[in-house]
Amino acid sequence: MTTTVAGQTLTGAPLLEVEGVSKSFPGVKALSDMRLDLRRGEVLALVGENGAGKSTLMKLLSGIYTADAGQFRLNGRPFHATKPKQALELGISIIHQDFNLMPHLTVAQNIFIGREPSAGRFLLSERELNAKAKDLVARLQLPLNVKQLVGNLTVAKQQMVEIAKALSYDAKVLIMDEPTAALNYAEVATLHEVIRRFVREDTGVIYISHRIDELKAIADRITVIRDGKYVDTVDTQATSMKEVISMMVGRTLTSDARPEGVRSDREVLLSVRGLSTKSLLKDVSFELRKGEILGFAGLMGAGRTEVARALVGADKIDTGTIELRGKTVKIANPAVAAKHRIGYLSEDRKHFGLLLEQDVNANIALSSVSELSTKLGFVKDRALRAKSEEYVTSLKIKTPSINQTTKNLSGGNQQKVVMAKWLVKDCDILIFDEPTRGIDVGAKEEIYGLLNELAAQGKSIIMISSELPEVLRMSHRIVVMCEGRVTGLLDADEAAQENVMHYATLRPDENPADAPELGAEPPRPEAEPTPEQPGRGAGE
Amino acid sequence: MATLMATLKTSAQRLVTGGVSSAVKDRLQQSLAFASLIVIFAFFSFASPDFFTYSNITAILFSTVVIGTLALGTTFVIITGGIDLSIGTGMALCAVMSGVFIVNIRLPVGVGVLSAILFGGLIGLVNGFNVAVLKIPPFIATLAMMLVAQGLALVISHSTPIYFNDASGYVAISTGNLIPGVNFPNAVVILAVVAVVSAVLLKKTVLGRFAYSIGSNEEATALSGINVRKWKIIVYAFAGLFIGLAGVMISARLGSAQPATGMGYELQAIAAVVIGGTSLSGGKGSIVGTVIGALIISVLNNGLQITSIPQEWQNVILGGVILIAVYADIIRKRT
Repeated sequence: MTTTVAGQTLTGAPLLEVEGVSKSFPGVKALSDMRLDLRRGEVLALVGENGAGKSTLMKLLSGIYTADAGQFRLNGRPFHATKPKQALELGISIIHQDFNLMPHLTVAQNIFIGREPSAGRFLLSERELNAKAKDLVARLQLPLNVKQLVGNLTVAKQQMVEIAKALSYDAKVLIMDEPTAALNYAEVATLHEVIRRFVREDTGVIYISHRIDELKAIADRITVIRDGKYVDTVDTQATSMKEVISMMVGRTLTSDARPEGVRSDREVLLSVRGLSTKSLLKDVSFELRKGEILGFAGLMGAGRTEVARALVGADKIDTGTIELRGKTVKIANPAVAAKHRIGYLSEDRKHFGLLLEQDVNANIALSSVSELSTKLGFVKDRALRAKSEEYVTSLKIKTPSINQTTKNLSGGNQQKVVMAKWLVKDCDILIFDEPTRGIDVGAKEEIYGLLNELAAQGKSIIMISSELPEVLRMSHRIVVMCEGRVTGLLDADEAAQENVMHYATLRPDENPADAPELGAEPPRPEAEPTPEQPGRGAGE
Repeated sequence: MATLMATLKTSAQRLVTGGVSSAVKDRLQQSLAFASLIVIFAFFSFASPDFFTYSNITAILFSTVVIGTLALGTTFVIITGGIDLSIGTGMALCAVMSGVFIVNIRLPVGVGVLSAILFGGLIGLVNGFNVAVLKIPPFIATLAMMLVAQGLALVISHSTPIYFNDASGYVAISTGNLIPGVNFPNAVVILAVVAVVSAVLLKKTVLGRFAYSIGSNEEATALSGINVRKWKIIVYAFAGLFIGLAGVMISARLGSAQPATGMGYELQAIAAVVIGGTSLSGGKGSIVGTVIGALIISVLNNGLQITSIPQEWQNVILGGVILIAVYADIIRKRT
């Protein structure tokens, strides 16, 4: 069992230990008594559902947060980083899911930001900077041109810039948060090679991922956490991924909560045909029935959010038709969508869903203000408040009153506020984009319950989700997308994790029969969401 | 030390999550501004015997009218997260247009005044179009309009003032007394009425609601099915009416339309709005605050004059007050 784990042959303390660490935020216990040990020379996967506490743990390690209790040890010595810079100097580098790169600077400038070599007293030496960067990139065998602007790189290459930056600090511990979320298979394989090259006798990697399927390929051991608590650490070779998943969710996944199938004789409410946009979508077609929860699965960048935005008129449609209740409609902007009783609940509630600084009432009332006002434009405040109160009660939104500022609510309750906004508007079609992102586990169940209830009431729901268990559990049918196209449509009973993953990675140019092997570089055309990639691969 | 800070922070957060709503905090800011007004007022009352007199207080109120009117309209724009720099020179242009309508074309005073106010609305409409449709950042769009208005005022008037000598009743709009014999200028009454109307519009109507929503989160408001483009144009055009009204008020007070004036008024008006607690990043603000802010500026100007502080120092002090007011707002937000 020890053959694959290099670290076990070494004696002495593990590279990194976390012991008894707790962290609370107002109203939420994010971590309690967390532990973890990273051995020398290993890749340790850290898995858990959204809200399990992975990112809190990372932020503690990197000194962004301070722990309430517990200890961190590096090579057996306790340490306590209070600033991100301190963590870096200790040799702990973190690559966040959303990169901290400056798109208008070059690769070299990004790697050495804040540590630019200088020429003389005041001037920077661009030449030395580029030379240093080139050195580093060559050492890591990364396919990067150091003089290129980061904004012009693919996501995969930007990730490599982050890795180069992290390793330029002479990192001993490299923590990667969802490094493959936006990568395709070939890019994942390249990334894994880079990681393997990095792992030596005195270094280690903590690899956080939702993509359970790839852990077998990269991780030596897997640590599972759930609800802010440590669950178990297992050897990858000795464990099935099914076991890992059931440890993650804390139950064997059953379909008991799945709603009754929607009979195919139900009225088709929305029918989308041949939807294409300039940026990404190609020939997307699907139907949404009354009372149905239609799941949208796929990897990040597959185009699911883009479908939603095109549907509500937030983005321009190039070609394609939208039929609503049998009539072709043109949805030029979200105001038109709202008139047609289509509501969109963004994955990014803070930016696209809520007026954080306004109170709960203002948020719930927002979409209905025009309808609940007099001809002269006077708002029927009492009626709106009554509606807000009604939905605060019926959706069980936990808030002291409807006058509470929305930003003070928890993620789950904020999501309910957005739901209430569209329910007051009496929408027939609700598009949920990642309905449970950033919501803790208990509140998730409530959201699921509400979704089921709404469907039972005859509302039609499109649910976009990156969490497979969620899609599988909630959807009557599942649309799977990959790189802007619909690659599969599954009924609830035939849907299984493997099935969905298969379609989610089914690129049009790929033979579905042979799954891509790691390390192999299947030929692929440029199909990144970014339309232009000048000089990709050039100059190397 | 660090733990102390952390405890303080969490207890402050608890305080906030414990139910102190934004409305309460806004009121706090207003009362802060109001308290400052009282303090400044008291200070000058002690400093000079000439300050706290009926005639001087009337004078203060009278001098608040122009800045106050501009500030009221701008409050709406700033609440949407925008800014309007064209209000000062726009006001001069509207004054000139009032002169053109009433003196040159000889329209009846009432019609002329209305036309001048609507002309202000037109300036605002163009601003709104540039901001909402052409997506030119408000600062740039209204900066350009500031120059255009200044230039047009000079071109139309041939750079000479237009005197309202023959227009009976025009001057009385500003300096006349509603109640004969009581020395209380109409201009102040008009400002008061306009302020009340603005407060009602901001708090009770769809216009006000959407101004707050757009300023809080434009994207989310748009995705909630509100036609943000349309409402932004409406807000700028609406604020433009105040430019027109200010143009009428200032020319009525002076008895003439002065084409070369106006520059600088926009900053005083914006200062009044900001002192009153309206956030330049949008989503927050109130009419009461703006009125208090405008009063603070007038009281300062008047008091500094009366206590014979050299004119040169007045702007220095005003600048200091703005810094203090905004900093107080920042501190309030941190807790």
